[in-house]
Amino acid sequence: MSRRRSWSRRATLRLGLALVGIVVLVALVSLVWLPYALDDTSGGRLSAPSAEHLLGTDKLGRDLLSQLMVGARIALLVGIGSVVIATIIGVTIGLIAAFAAPWLDDSISALLDVAIAFPVLLTAMLIVALQPPSLGSAILAIGLGMSAVIARIARILAKRVVGSQYVTAARTSGTRTLGIVRRHVLPNIAPTLAVTLALQFGAAVLAEASLSYLGLGAPPPNASWGRLLQEAQGTVLEAPVGAIAPGIALVVLVLGVNFVADGLRDAADPTRRRRRSA
Amino acid sequence: MSVQVGERESAGAPLLSVDGLTVSAGDGAEAAELVRGISFSIAAGERVGLIGESGSGKSLTALAIAGLLPAGLTAGGSALLGGVETIGASEAELRPLRGPAIGFVFQEPLTALDPLMRVGKQIAEPLRRHRRLRGAELDRAVAESLAEVRLEDPRLARAYPHELSGGQRQRIAIAIALAARPKLLVADEPTTALDVTVQAEVLGLLDRLVAERGMGLLFISHDLAVVAQQTSRVLVLRGGEAVERGTVADLVRAPQHPYTAQLVAHARALDAALDGAADGGSAAEDDRGRDAGGDA
Repeated sequence: MSRRRSWSRRATLRLGLALVGIVVLVALVSLVWLPYALDDTSGGRLSAPSAEHLLGTDKLGRDLLSQLMVGARIALLVGIGSVVIATIIGVTIGLIAAFAAPWLDDSISALLDVAIAFPVLLTAMLIVALQPPSLGSAILAIGLGMSAVIARIARILAKRVVGSQYVTAARTSGTRTLGIVRRHVLPNIAPTLAVTLALQFGAAVLAEASLSYLGLGAPPPNASWGRLLQEAQGTVLEAPVGAIAPGIALVVLVLGVNFVADGLRDAADPTRRRRRSA
Repeated sequence: MSVQVGERESAGAPLLSVDGLTVSAGDGAEAAELVRGISFSIAAGERVGLIGESGSGKSLTALAIAGLLPAGLTAGGSALLGGVETIGASEAELRPLRGPAIGFVFQEPLTALDPLMRVGKQIAEPLRRHRRLRGAELDRAVAESLAEVRLEDPRLARAYPHELSGGQRQRIAIAIALAARPKLLVADEPTTALDVTVQAEVLGLLDRLVAERGMGLLFISHDLAVVAQQTSRVLVLRGGEAVERGTVADLVRAPQHPYTAQLVAHARALDAALDGAADGGSAAEDDRGRDAGGDA
């Protein structure tokens, strides 16, 4: 029973890595080769999929496959960029709270609860509204919006480690707080945090797609999948591939990332780790 | 106040002198005193036991001395550790004491070791910090530390805590505590989590190391027999107060406080049960045993 479960968990992780791997591969290929340049409108408006244009063209005559490939690059950039920002800010706040005096810890967690009450997308829209839409500001906005979630989880995980006897033991031999963070807290919260980060990666990709759909994301010609969806909206009955293709691309990446998170959760579960070593 | 205590105790220059130590939870009117006015001192090479049931304040006393009380608890009174007042001292003042002046061995070695760090690295930490060892010298010192706690196989340094037995883990914890060469070792129920045969080995090891290095020992336990074996002077704690103090011999011979009398009676009852089992169990074997060990 447990063997079958662990097999299915491994399969989940592999499937997830395969799906994410496809997107990564496409993004890498897009760096060196595209079927058509993004500003090449020679294909004719809304042509159906054909040998020259595998997914057809959009209403301006641009090759859809080329745009989709560039979109993969943007989706990954958004995911990585905003998760890195959210991790740096969130883990720092979480660690400060975990080591702080009770009054400061309480104030920080109250503020985090308020911040979390605002949906990431709303926070991101507010931040993006302050400056002209660009990929960078979208990444920054999503990263900031997500940092509260990361901070709350990092705080809870770190508090558990800080209260553990091995941290007391490390302090009895004179380890400084920074040494405790580096040697004991970070390694021990990393496995569980990794699961959250993988999930947040998927959420960030979706958030950017939503921002782009609303016209607040990366401006053309570097279209993200969300913008492709929005542009195809008006012509969905004449050229359905234009809306379906970016939709499928989003599903592949987000599903893949969530499968990876699921697989990682299994690896991070200490009870399972113990069983494996026994 | 600390000056007074220092003068009073200066004759023997104790490693540790605790005077009127209190530990309280909460503050102001709601404060609850968990430890009330405990005083004792330990000189170099001296062994003192703290005995009492769980919740009697034994562990809090030891943690308070090193300024390691959990958040929300505050210590009062005075504790001079290596001539430094630790009650109310800052982290910066306390840090150099932790390790060279005082080392700790805790009850449950599985939780006292970082599950994700190889044990060799955990031993190396205090060696690096307090003895400034690096590189090959550090590796050699780790191997020496392991050998000292009778873990000769050098591969053990690369093991994670969950790969070791309970006895091996506690030996590692002892090696970590001794790495910074503390003058005073606090052993907080160091063998309670171990089974009896392993307990005897670890106690023997502790006993030998404390004697060899001439360390002071503060031995905390709920087990009178173990405390009697390891220490010469004992404080009996109950409900955060020292209800009785004296040499182990006096305490066992003529306990003054009813709680101490109870402890002694229980320990004797256990002994009697063992003797009874041995006598009644197999008289023939007993005879043979007596013949063989006739001159003992």
